[in-house]
Amino acid sequence: MAFQPIATTRTVMGMPTARLAIWWLVVSEIVIFGGILATYLMHRLGHPEWANYAVHTNVYAGGFNTFVLLTSSVFAVLAHDAASQGDGKKAAKLLSGTLVCAVMFLCIKGYEWSVEISHGYTITANGFWSFYYTAAGVHGLHVIIGGIIMAWIAKDAYQNKYLHRVELVGIYWHFVDLVWIFLFPLLYIAK
Amino acid sequence: MSATAHDDHHHGPTFAEIWLLQSTDHKMIGKQYMFIGMFMGLIGAYFAYAFRMQLAFPGVNVPGFGTVSPLEYNALVTNHGTIMIFWVAMPVLIAAFGNFLIPLMIGCDDMVFPRLNRLSVQIFLASAIVLIASFFVHNGGFGGAWTAYPPLSAKAEYNLTPLGSTLWLLAVVLEFAAFLIGGINFITTAMNARAPGMKALDVPMVVWMICIASLLFMASVGPLVAGAVMLLFDQVLGTGFFDPDKGGGPVLWQHLFWFFGHPEVYVVLLPACGITAEIITVFSRKKLFAYKTILYTVIGTGVLSFFVWAHHQFISGIDPRMANVFTITTVLISIPIAEMMFLFIATLYGGSIRFTTPMLWALSFIAEFLIGGVTGIFLGSSGADIYFHDTYFVLAHFHYTFFPIAIIGTFAALTFWFPKMFGRMMNDTLGKIHFWGTIIPFNFIFIPLFYLGAAGQHRRIYNFNHYPQLATPDLQALRVLATVSLLVMLSFQAVFIYNMLYSMFRGKKAPNNPWNANTLEWSCPSPPPHGNFGDELPNCYRGPYEYSVPGRDEDFWPQNLPN
Repeated sequence: MAFQPIATTRTVMGMPTARLAIWWLVVSEIVIFGGILATYLMHRLGHPEWANYAVHTNVYAGGFNTFVLLTSSVFAVLAHDAASQGDGKKAAKLLSGTLVCAVMFLCIKGYEWSVEISHGYTITANGFWSFYYTAAGVHGLHVIIGGIIMAWIAKDAYQNKYLHRVELVGIYWHFVDLVWIFLFPLLYIAK
Repeated sequence: MSATAHDDHHHGPTFAEIWLLQSTDHKMIGKQYMFIGMFMGLIGAYFAYAFRMQLAFPGVNVPGFGTVSPLEYNALVTNHGTIMIFWVAMPVLIAAFGNFLIPLMIGCDDMVFPRLNRLSVQIFLASAIVLIASFFVHNGGFGGAWTAYPPLSAKAEYNLTPLGSTLWLLAVVLEFAAFLIGGINFITTAMNARAPGMKALDVPMVVWMICIASLLFMASVGPLVAGAVMLLFDQVLGTGFFDPDKGGGPVLWQHLFWFFGHPEVYVVLLPACGITAEIITVFSRKKLFAYKTILYTVIGTGVLSFFVWAHHQFISGIDPRMANVFTITTVLISIPIAEMMFLFIATLYGGSIRFTTPMLWALSFIAEFLIGGVTGIFLGSSGADIYFHDTYFVLAHFHYTFFPIAIIGTFAALTFWFPKMFGRMMNDTLGKIHFWGTIIPFNFIFIPLFYLGAAGQHRRIYNFNHYPQLATPDLQALRVLATVSLLVMLSFQAVFIYNMLYSMFRGKKAPNNPWNANTLEWSCPSPPPHGNFGDELPNCYRGPYEYSVPGRDEDFWPQNLPN
C-alpha cells in the first residue's frame, strides 16, 4: 500500500483511527441534516396549511422505501460480521445486497418524484415542496455517494483487502438510514 | 515499515509536490495553506486600499485600480470581508499552523490521514480560484456583504450579479468542505496519535486551541451548509426558502448564518490565543499560568459561543424578550475571554521577559484584542446596539478583534516558528521595524472609525458626500486620516515581505532550538525532514511549559528529555 505514517497506526484513545474519524464525520453530518430538519420544522409549525400539500406525498412508496433501507442496513451488519471473521468474499456478497437495496431505493424515489412533478408539484411549487425535494435530495445524494464508496470497498473486500473498511462504511450507512427514519414521518406522515 | 518508507523520500520535494499540491507531507501542506492564504491576504488588502481611497477621496482615480463604481465598491467591501475571514484567517491560523504544528508538537511523523490532508488543500485552492473567477464575470463579484442576507443575495434583480453571487456561494461552500475534512483530520490526529507518555494535559495549548476551534467549526457550520444549499436553490432554481411571498423567511438565513458566524469568531480567535500562549511562556521563561483553567475556560467559551448568535440581529425584528436573553449570554461570554487575558498577563508577571519580534506581536495581540473585547460590551447590549448597529463603531470593533487575530496572530506565529519552517532565522531589526510600522498605523486607522461610528456614520455607504450630516469637513478629515494610515501600514508590509523572502533563502542558519523552548517541535532538525524526527519518534515525559524549574542548570526542560 501507499506510504502510511506511524501516526495512522497509533491508538491513544483505544479506538482505531479510521473508526474515530468516521464518528467525527457522522457528527458533522448530523449538524448538516439537523440544520435542514430544524428549519423545516420551524416552517412547518408556522405554516399549518402545508398539511394540505403533504397529503399528495405517496406514503405507501415512502413506507416501502423505509423497509428497503432498513433491509439494506441488515445486509451491512451481516457484512461487518463476515468481515470481522475474515471472510472477505462473503462480506462483499452481503455488501452487494446493500447496494441492490440502495438502487431500489433510488428507483422508487425516482418513480415518486416523476409522478409528483408530472402533477405540477415541483421544487418551486411552494415552501413544502421546496423542503421536500431539498431534504430528500440531500439525503439521496448521501445514498448515491455512500453506494459508490461501498461498491469500491466491496471490490477490495472480495480480494480480502482492507476488511476493516466494511465496518466503517457500515457506520456511515446506518447514519444515512437513520436520517431517512427522521425524514419519512416528517415529510410523508405528518398531515 | 515506515523507516524504509521514509528512505524513499530523502530527496527534496518535487515540482508537482510543491506547485501542483501533490505532497502528502503535513509541513508542505501547511506551507501551501500559508502561501495561498497570504496571497489571498494581498488581494484583500488591495481591496481595502481601493475602497478606503474611494471613502476618503470620493470619485478619485485610485492609482492601480481606477475609479470605483458603486457596484465595484459593493463587491470590494463584500469580498474584502469574505477573503479576510475565510481565505486568510482560517487557512493561515488553523490550516497552516495546525498542519505544521500538530504532528510536530504531539511527536508523530505526519497527520493520521495524509491523503485526506492533501485533498483538503486541493479543495481549498479550488475554492480560492472559484472566488477569484467570480470577480471577472458579468457585472463582477458579489456585492451583498459577506453576510449575504437575502433577499439581496437571493435575487439577481437586486444584487445585479447573477453569476457572481452564485460563484461566491459555491466558493464559500468549497472552503467549508476543505475545512471540515481538515478539521476531522486535526481532531483525530491530536486524539489518537500523541507520543507515548503525552497525556491530554501535556498537550501544548495551541494544539488544544486548534482542535477545539476545529470542533466548533464542525458543530456550527452544518446549518449554514444547509442554508447555503437553500440559498443556492433560491438563486438558481427560483425556490422561496428566504422569500416571504413564497412562504419562506429572510430572517431564517440570518439565524443560520450567525449560528455559524458567531462560533466562527471563536474558531479563528482560539488558535491566535494558543499561539500567544506558546510565545509568552517561551519569552517570559515562565510556566503558563493556570493551564487547566485556560483549557476549561476555552471549552466554556466554546459552549457559550453557540448561544450568542442573535446579538447580530437585535434590529432584525426579533422578539425583544429574546434580545434580552442574547444580551445576557453575550455579556457573559466576555467573562471567560477576559479571564484568559488575565491569565496571560499573570504568566508575564514576574517572568524574565525578552522583547523579541514574536514576543512583541504576542503582547500586542493581548493589548489590541482587549480594545476589541471591551467595545463589544456596548454592542452586545441590545439597548446600545440599536444605535450602534451597522455603524462604523461595529466595523471598528470587529477589526479590533479580527486584526489582532488574523494579522497580529499570523505575524506572531510566523516570526516564532519561521526558523522551524524554513531552517533560517529572520532579521530581528527588520521584524521590529515592521512591527511598529504595522501596529501604530493600525490604531490610527480604526480609532477614528470608532469616533465616526459614534457620530452616526453607517457602514456600506459608497459616498458620504451624499449625506449632509456626514459630509462635514471634520468627519471627512477623520476618513482621510484612516485612509492615509492604511497606506502607511500597507507600505510597511514591504519590509516584512522583503525580510521573509530574504531570510528564507539567505538568512542565518537556524539551530534546532533557537528560542530554548520545550515543546517537541524544537527537538527535531530545522527544517524537519520527511518523517520529522528521523528513525526514532520522541517520547514525552512532562508538560510543555516547564521553564525556570528550580534546581536545573538550564531554564528550560524539553518534553522529550527523560530527565
